[in-house]
This record gives sequence, C-alpha cells and structure tokens, in this order.
Amino acid sequence: MSEAIWIKNGRVIDPENDRDESGDLFIAEGKIVDRPSKASLERATQIDASGLVVCPGLVDLHVHFRVPGQTHKETILTGTQAAAAGGFTSVVCMPNTNPPADTAGTIQFIKDAVGREALVNVFPTGCITVGSNGERLSPTGSLRDAGVVAISDGGRCVQNNGLMRRAVEYAHMFGIPVIDHCQDYSLSADGVMNEGFISTKLGLRGSPTEAEDIMVSRNVILSAKTGARIHLQHITSKKAVDIIRRAKSRGVNITAEATPHHMSFSDKEISSFDTNFKMNPPLRSEADRAAILEALKDGSIDCIATGHAPHTDYEKDVEFDNAPFGVIGLETALSVTLEQLYHSKRLPLSDTLSLLTNRPSEVLQLKKGNLSLGTDGDVAILDPNLEWTPHSESFHSKSANSPWIGRPLKGKTVKTFVSGKLIYEDGRIL
Amino acid sequence: MAISGMSWNSKDLISTEELTADEILTVFKTAQAFKKILSRRTAKTPALRGKTVVNLFFENSTRTRVAFEMAATKLSADVMSLDMKTSSTSKGETLRDTVENIRALAADIIVIRHSSPGSAAYIARVLDIPVLNAGDGAHEHPTQALLDCYTLHEKFGELQGLKIAILGDILYSRVARSNIWVMKKLGAEVTVVGPATLVPREFEKLGVTVSHDLRSALADKDAVMLLRIQHERQNASAFPSLNEYTKMFGLNKTRLSWLKKNAVIMHPGPINRGVEIDSELADSSQSVILDQVTNGLATRMAALYLCSGGKAESLVE
Repeated sequence: MSEAIWIKNGRVIDPENDRDESGDLFIAEGKIVDRPSKASLERATQIDASGLVVCPGLVDLHVHFRVPGQTHKETILTGTQAAAAGGFTSVVCMPNTNPPADTAGTIQFIKDAVGREALVNVFPTGCITVGSNGERLSPTGSLRDAGVVAISDGGRCVQNNGLMRRAVEYAHMFGIPVIDHCQDYSLSADGVMNEGFISTKLGLRGSPTEAEDIMVSRNVILSAKTGARIHLQHITSKKAVDIIRRAKSRGVNITAEATPHHMSFSDKEISSFDTNFKMNPPLRSEADRAAILEALKDGSIDCIATGHAPHTDYEKDVEFDNAPFGVIGLETALSVTLEQLYHSKRLPLSDTLSLLTNRPSEVLQLKKGNLSLGTDGDVAILDPNLEWTPHSESFHSKSANSPWIGRPLKGKTVKTFVSGKLIYEDGRIL
Repeated sequence: MAISGMSWNSKDLISTEELTADEILTVFKTAQAFKKILSRRTAKTPALRGKTVVNLFFENSTRTRVAFEMAATKLSADVMSLDMKTSSTSKGETLRDTVENIRALAADIIVIRHSSPGSAAYIARVLDIPVLNAGDGAHEHPTQALLDCYTLHEKFGELQGLKIAILGDILYSRVARSNIWVMKKLGAEVTVVGPATLVPREFEKLGVTVSHDLRSALADKDAVMLLRIQHERQNASAFPSLNEYTKMFGLNKTRLSWLKKNAVIMHPGPINRGVEIDSELADSSQSVILDQVTNGLATRMAALYLCSGGKAESLVE
C-alpha cells in the first residue's frame, strides 16, 4: 500500500474537476496525490497508459449482490469481481435479500461479508418498510447508524402513498435519501413485458408505462412537499422523463437513473421469447428508448446504473412467464454506455464518463467517482476502442444472464485500482 | 391466388405467423386428402404406424386433445395423452426436464398445450423431434386457425377478398391471433370487434380493422367468428358483467341480419349459449360450428403428417 503508482501518458479524464488532458496520475499510500518527489517517483510502479483513458473508478448505484440468502446467484466476492472487471470501484447494493435488509443486524451481516470478501467499495442500503412489505416503516435511524447510504424497497414499490410520505419525511430527518422503484401494481398487474404492439402480438401480458409514470409523479409531488431527496430507479418511459424534466426545472429535489439495457434495447427483442430480455421495468418502445438517451444527454436523468440482477441459468431457462426478472450488467455497462453515448456521438467522452462516475456519486453523496487530490486511489484505465464480444463464459459474475451475449461491443476496462491496489488487469482478477 | 405446388419444410408447427400462404394451402390440400380417407369405410391410414404421439396438456382441453388423439389414431400412431396439471410439474420439475424425460421415453411427436406464450417454441428448440403447438397462452393456436380457414376455404372456394369479422375477447385469444395471420396471408379482410378493453388498438398494426361498433363491424361480412369470453384468462374485469356483454356484443337474430345473406357463423368452441351467441343461432343453417370440429380432425392429421416428414404429393394423386 505504501508503494506509489505512476500512471503515465494516459488521457486523464476527471469530470468532477473538469480535467481532460494527456498526462500522468499518481497514487501514493492508496490516495490520489500530486506529482511526488523525484526520489519516490523512482521507486514508483510505472504503468504505461498511452492510448488509454484514465478516469475515476466507476460508481453503480444499483446492484443486487444477493447476500444474504441467495448466494447461488451471486456473492459479495463474485459480485465485486464482476464490478472490478467492469471498471466499477464503488457499488450500492439493494436490500431485497433473504431476509430483506430491514434491520441493523442484517446490515452488519452484509458489512461483515463485505469486510471478508469485497474487492471494491460496497455501500449497503436498507429497506423502507419492514420486509419490504409496504406496510410498516423499517427502523430507518438504526439502519442509518448501521451504515446504510439510503433506504429502498429494492425491487418493490411502496404502494400506499400515505406511508411513502411518512417514509420520505422520516428519512429526510436523517439526511438519508429514499430510492424508489416506480411501479403502480394495479397497472402493472401480472405483466411480464411492456404493454404495446409486441405484447399484443405475442400474447404476453403487458405492463404499461403508466405504471411508472404515475409513481414518478407521486414521488415528484412528495419530494416537492417534503423537500426530501427521492431517487428514481431505472426510468424507462418517455412520459416519466417529461415529468422529471419539468420537476427539475421547478427545483424539486429528485434524481433519476437509467440502465444500459433500457438505453440499448426495445421490446422488439422479446419476439424470440429470450428470457435474458425479461426485466422489470421491462424494455419499452423505440420512442421511449430515444427519450432515455435524450434525457441522459440533457441531464434530466442524472446517471447510469446497471440494476445488476444475477439469476442462474436454470432459473432463466424456463417459459418466459416463469422466468425471474432481471439481467446482469456490471461487466458490460461501460461498453454499452460508450456505444450508446460516445461512439454514437451523442456526448463527448468526458460527459459520457461523468454519468458513470461523479454524477452517480453526487446522487447519494458517496464522495467517490473523482480524482481529487487526497481521495481514495480508485481508478479505472479504459480502452474506449477495444472490441470484444461477451459470451456466457466471459463473466466474473456467478451468473451469466446477460442480453449482450454474442453481441459485439466496443470499449472495455483494462485495469482497475481500488485504494491504489491493482485488482483487475486484462480480463483477470488479481 | 397463385399456388405454386406443395411446400412444407418444418418439423414443427408453432405459429401461423411464420407460415407462408403456400404452406397454408399445402395444409388445406393435405387435410382435404385426409378428409376423403376419413369418408371411407375403413377410415384409417398407416402413415404414422410405429410412431408415438404424446399429447402434453398443461391446460384444460377436451376438444383439441380429443381431436389430436383421434387424428393420431387415424394415422395409426400410438398415442398417449398426459394431463400435466397432475404430473411432475406440480412437484417442481421444469418444463425442459419434463419434455426431455418424455423424449427419452422414445416419443416421436409432441403436441403441447401450455398457458405460457412461447412455451411451444421453447420446447421445439429443446427437442429434435416434431413439436406441435396446441395453444400457448394467448399467443397462438395454429391448428385451430388452419381448421377455421380450411372451413372457410371449403365454403367459399378461397379466402381472397372475403370479409370476416372476429367478435369477442380478442386480447386474450390465441385463436384470434392465429386466425388473423392465416386470413391476412390468404387475402381476406379482417375486422376485430368487441369492447375496447378486450380489443386494443394495437391490433391495427397486424393489418386488421379495430372496431367497437357491432353494427358497422358486421355490415356486409361473409363470416363472423365468435370467440368465447374466457373467464379464466381475465384477471381483471374487462367489462361490467356477462349480461351487459350479451346486450352489447352478443350475436342474435337482428345482428345476424346485418351480415351478408349467406354469411356463416363460426365458433372455435366451447360455446357459451346465451352469452356470446343466441342458442338457436348456434344450431342454425348458417352455423358451421360442427363443420369446424370435423375439419379439425382432418387438419390435425395433416399437421401431424406434414411435421413428421410426410409429403402432401403422396396423398394427393
């Protein structure tokens, strides 16, 4: 740890500090430092980054690491290995575990596992309601004291508006943001994909975008009333984007994320009944997809989050109706983001990386995702032009439920550092 | 419509969406040949002798299951029907494991009915033997549509230019979806009609007219196909009551008069007398409901025969 690292001749991009230049980056004692003395430079490990991009380690506000209770899908070890391979050095894990993370004891259990196994920074969240049942508030203060960075009913949405109002008011008192998966159950009902032409054609039960739009509106109204920060997970709908954009212009304290899969795919992909395209919220129409990309461009959506949701092959290898929702995303998120925003010329590289670094960090005040002097040496070295094609054996995650299997991608992490320690290099966890 | 001879290249019959007009007409011709055989005194052919057809029914069915059993028997196959609701699936076995086990017991052809859309296609990918879809949720029911359109083909000589109304629960109907594909491919004009909650606008993109007005929808039609109101698929109430449905959309004598004079009434069954159709109309001379059932046998023989590699040419002299 005391060893210094000298990353030379890269294109250093640090969106938070408006830095985008060819140059060097130094890490000493695990922290980002200014150019050290000549003597220590001579002893430093030199890493040639010419032709590569050096940026803050990526930040993901939305992963499911399945601990405790579902370790056949993922563990803290395999989840953080997947993170490292994708260039992520900080992840926020959702509390929809078994049991749900609704007590300080369960949070401590997760933190113990993180202490033993994690390769990257893992920030836990706790439940909004007991058991995520949407009936009684969980002990938010105790959860905060145990170390959660936010509360969320991860994968579920509090349906009772009165209870949600109390939850955001109460959490606001502790300065804890509320993260919501926006979905009105009376509208989504038992839908397994987007309601539209494709669901009509296939005879699969549809879930309309209005299920999201109504809960986004609800959360905007409650945030405006209470001043509390509400973060809206995986926004997929054009109308929801419009609601968020107008709320932000009025100064409402909401933030929002979008996923790489909703940026890339529409519900057309489901025509083959491939369960690796089954997720909740579902893939929407082309018009919705275009609106998500536009919102990422104009800042209406604050950041990209993967929603990394591992499921085993035997759980996904069933009838479409019976397959669990969700796809993994940590190891493809960077490539897909580069493809959809940078290579497609929608955004410059620095603005693109900002959506995966400082901007998600700001949403939950994680103080990550930047290269400011004195911060942890969490760094990713990327080759934005490296071409690769994921296959089912490519993943470090314990599960391989990825919709990108067999699809050529461009751009990849080549090295990942956490607190100045090289943990991933060219396809290998170190 | 030009018919360029006989064609059938698939081991499976999963959907009518993927059939060409040529393939549909091949099924009709083959069904016609089998119908002739069925009218003989010894109504049986050795076409599938030595083969085993397994009917896997994960959902209730009488008509379709019996029709497939009869069809396989008439083709001299051994046939076995399994009621999967009481079987290993209730012990937690996956669909893949179930069908791989049945395949390992030397089944030659699988006929599957399942409540989940896409399940027949899924099984066809898993297995190397012919798979016939006998209904997958609200997705498709290809043999039903083929027998329905074969019945129209018999009555009218061709479907080109025919005006057909499909009335009722379109949203939850695999019969409607499969029929729309076949009817469109053979050149018919299709109107789907019923309450807005059961006939979404999205169907227009399949090339049909969507209507909620029975009078204009039935006007000048050659055929009306009624669909059963499927209580078991409607998780939320899509209309106030059966009584109101009958008042607004049930077929009665007056409404029948809006169609062309010689128009035919079709229904895939089972019918709810007094709900979607007046009882007497179901038995009237314009009803072809029982012809559909009879043609169902010949059409399913054709489907089993073609999927197991039989050539239409060797039946049609």
